[in-house]
Amino acid sequence: MHNKTIAEIARDLRNKQYSSVELTRHFLDRIQQHQELNAFVSVADEHALGQAEAADKALAAGDAPLLTGIPIGQKDIFCTRGIKTSCGSKMLDNFESPYDATVVEKFKQNGAVMPGKLNMDEFAMGSSNETSFYGAVRNPWNVDCVPGGSSGGSAAAVAARLVPAATGTDTGGSIRQPSSLCGITGLKPTYGRVSRYGMIAFASSLDQAGPMTRNAEDAAILLQAMAGFDGKDSTSVEQDVPDYRAELNNSLQGLKIGIPKEFFSSDLNADIAAVVNSAIAEYQKLGAELVEVSIPSLNQSIPVYYVIAPAECSANLSRFDGVRFGYRCENPQDLADLYTRSRGEGFGAEVKRRILMGTYALSAGYYDAYYLKAQKIRRMISEDFKKALSQADVLMGPVSPSTAFGIGEKTGDPIEMYLSDIYTIGVNLAGLPGMSVPAGFVDNKPVGLQIIGDYFAESRLLNVAHQFQQVTDWHQQIPQGFE
Amino acid sequence: MSLTADDVKKIAYLARLGIDQQDIGDYAKDLSNILDLMTSMDELDTGAVQPMAHPMDQTQRLRADEVAETNQREHFQACAPQVENGLYLVPKVID
Amino acid sequence: MEWETVIGLEIHAQLATKSKIFSAASTAYGAEPNTQACAVDLGLPGVLPVLNQKAVRMAVKFGLAIDAEIAPYSVFARKNYFYPDLPKGYQISQFELPIVGLGHLDIEVDGEEKRIGVTRAHLEEDAGKSLHEDFHGLTGIDLNRAGTPLLEIVSEPDMRSAKEAVAYMRKLHELVRYLEICDGNMQEGSFRCDANVSVRPKGQAEFGTRAEIKNINSFKFVEKAINHEIERQIDVIEGGGQVVQETRLYDANKDETRSMRSKEEANDYRYFPDPDLLPVHIEDALKQEIQATLPELPAAKKQRFINDYQLDNEAANTLTSSRELADYFESVVKQSGCETKMCANWVTGDLLGALNKAALEITQSPIENERLAGLLTRIADNTISGKIAKQVFEEMWKGEQSADEIIESKGLKQITDSGAIEAIIDTIIANNPNQVEQYLGGKDKVFGFFVGQVMKETQGKANPGEVNKMLKAKLKR
Repeated sequence: MHNKTIAEIARDLRNKQYSSVELTRHFLDRIQQHQELNAFVSVADEHALGQAEAADKALAAGDAPLLTGIPIGQKDIFCTRGIKTSCGSKMLDNFESPYDATVVEKFKQNGAVMPGKLNMDEFAMGSSNETSFYGAVRNPWNVDCVPGGSSGGSAAAVAARLVPAATGTDTGGSIRQPSSLCGITGLKPTYGRVSRYGMIAFASSLDQAGPMTRNAEDAAILLQAMAGFDGKDSTSVEQDVPDYRAELNNSLQGLKIGIPKEFFSSDLNADIAAVVNSAIAEYQKLGAELVEVSIPSLNQSIPVYYVIAPAECSANLSRFDGVRFGYRCENPQDLADLYTRSRGEGFGAEVKRRILMGTYALSAGYYDAYYLKAQKIRRMISEDFKKALSQADVLMGPVSPSTAFGIGEKTGDPIEMYLSDIYTIGVNLAGLPGMSVPAGFVDNKPVGLQIIGDYFAESRLLNVAHQFQQVTDWHQQIPQGFE
Repeated sequence: MSLTADDVKKIAYLARLGIDQQDIGDYAKDLSNILDLMTSMDELDTGAVQPMAHPMDQTQRLRADEVAETNQREHFQACAPQVENGLYLVPKVID
Repeated sequence: MEWETVIGLEIHAQLATKSKIFSAASTAYGAEPNTQACAVDLGLPGVLPVLNQKAVRMAVKFGLAIDAEIAPYSVFARKNYFYPDLPKGYQISQFELPIVGLGHLDIEVDGEEKRIGVTRAHLEEDAGKSLHEDFHGLTGIDLNRAGTPLLEIVSEPDMRSAKEAVAYMRKLHELVRYLEICDGNMQEGSFRCDANVSVRPKGQAEFGTRAEIKNINSFKFVEKAINHEIERQIDVIEGGGQVVQETRLYDANKDETRSMRSKEEANDYRYFPDPDLLPVHIEDALKQEIQATLPELPAAKKQRFINDYQLDNEAANTLTSSRELADYFESVVKQSGCETKMCANWVTGDLLGALNKAALEITQSPIENERLAGLLTRIADNTISGKIAKQVFEEMWKGEQSADEIIESKGLKQITDSGAIEAIIDTIIANNPNQVEQYLGGKDKVFGFFVGQVMKETQGKANPGEVNKMLKAKLKR
């Protein structure tokens, strides 16, 4: 059961091969068996089984939505009514959200079962899942290694077959990088495509939720459920949602693939470059043409991102003050003590670093040099991407400069961790959609291929990924011990 | 660019962020290193470039002026650390 | 040394929307604590703001009414500071690109007109309230007010006395109520004022160091607080000291301002564009549409009252001080068909006098405009005298009867039968030979005695003009 895709499970449920309750029990058992991965922050057994029972009734009645009865894990950044929503932080360890995020509501409407909340870097700040209050998540391909982050719990759970699919969020690569490191398919949609309402904000102008699945077809099915205009989110885009599966089988004959030369500089690990290049060669066999393009400002994306994201987060996280919800320190002496200790004790080191960085970048005398300057360069980066995409249908390159690294290996040096975001954050700064698709292995660790598309070209990305998955089997590999 | 321990304390106070005395030096070092990353931004001439606050150049959508919320005080206060008579309680605020 | 005062005001006007500026919770005043604070107002994790269209339209309406530039493109910004009544740890406000730019408002002080510049007006959300009593030394936070739309109206430092400041504040208060964008209720905090006050030697071009006086919430207190602050600053300087730039709080009980040191700790608001909200675009078409909805503004209405109703400046000022009063007056004129000055006298004199005494607003007047018009009609057509009219007015104030019903039931109708009056006059002349003699001997004052006697005899119902005429004829010298 657990090796099936969503598309297959949906068929099986309708053919009565097994019930949603059986399916849900099976996955809950696997979650239980593989606690060593630390992929889940909370498991909602009763809630899930209740939903599964309802799903079985709906299936029996016929005409149930496609996701009916299928367990989908939620990253613990999405507010779930009545179920703990921690965002990977001690600050929210005691927080039961009084409301559902729009994404969560949409999954409910689509009949999906919610088996639990997935571990993540604290407030989505991190690239290794090591900043979580609940501890590091282990990579199923090598349990001594990180799964990537910040949606590391989601990536590990999908790769280990603990859930058929999961949600993630991507502010600077947090869907694509863990997807790459865990060998699954992840899609960050165009900014504004999926509602941010109820998704705890890290950096509001960059955050975007998306699917993390085993293959492109499942990603299309999940995105179908997640995408759409939401009146509760001012940055949500009022644009029709296409049928994301409609173009999956289109031929790639004549597809123009832009290869940004900055993605293949000497800094890129040669083994990873080889995997990415052979994937691109596969596309040539499918009839695609290669065009060299350039994103001259790419190297600026690191400083720009590490000004803008912390600046936005420094304000977004001010609401965690120990007054209305979340962690409150013991016996506050006065108001200042309540604030500084609740926040000082409730937030971990990486979150504090970013709040401090963002506070500094916005403070009097530094705003122009940091924040305003970064916003200007952000436009230049965005223009560079637009130009490259005017010369090609999609762009391709690596997702991450390395494969999964050892737990604890990079925690001492935040800068080294930041630098590894180089290939993903430009896409967030520009607001473009991007995907990670399994493309091979280096030392038995997965490597993803990144595909970047134009605004709202998710159908095209899914088509390009799906066609690749018709001729390769990287996405079907199962980590040892999780067969 | 290098931040001193005093700089860190000042920023931490603005952000109402308690930081252990023994960690201040580490934060100062890390933040200084991050700021060093930023210096490359100075290389670019951004004179005529319009700052970009949003990925898409769109206009704010407006909501009709209608009341659609009902009282959910008890529900919302279930997750509050300290409430009494419907009020959130905090240590005494002195003006 | 002669000193000159420089004053600028920041007025916060709560906009009269039904729902909050960024959420669909009610803005109604006086609800139980936190029953009108929804997830967005509470700043729960994950919530997002969506802008209220009405608040935007009200801001534009205000801008058009003060002849200001309306920004074609304006931006919301986060103003970051920690306070328990500020749930998100930042206030959504506007900083660099406010919705209303430079405009102006004309005031009148001691008969002289003066133009006061309005630097800008911007939209922002109100904070909640802190309650200090009864929580065993703790403070209680009520967030019902959090998210109520505010228009912050910032003046140029154009005022030179507390009197001018009050005149400006009153003018603005009048205007926002005319525009129906703010209920102007100062007790409920719908209209609040901060004053920036500084002094400088007369003739000096640079401004002195200013102090900001916070939250002065009545016209009376604004004048007192500013005058007190001027004195304080002059005392400081003349005593060899220096005025410090600071925030001060006016204490109405002690009639003094005191420093708010707690607010002085190095504020650095770190304004930046709110990434949850997009820029607001105001198209010309929207401006024109709103322009067309502007009511007649106070200045224009006053001029029209002077021209069309031949009122003097003072009466016109009074009658146009609120839209409701002006409407009341005009409908009295229309329904009674009486001379406009008489209508004005009755409204500004008897009616406003009685309302003031009872501490009522024109909208709460026990005498509706129809009934007052009915009374004036009966004066104009000589059914009753002006004196009887006052009596009828008092009856009308107490009950719900019309003037005609009161006149009828109390038999107050003027005696129009000249034969009857003549008979009464003859009797009075016959009964008062001494007074007749005095009058005929040249004592004019005695004439009043005869009038009084006739009125007494007729219970005031004789037409005074008629009585005068007949008496004169009978007592011909």
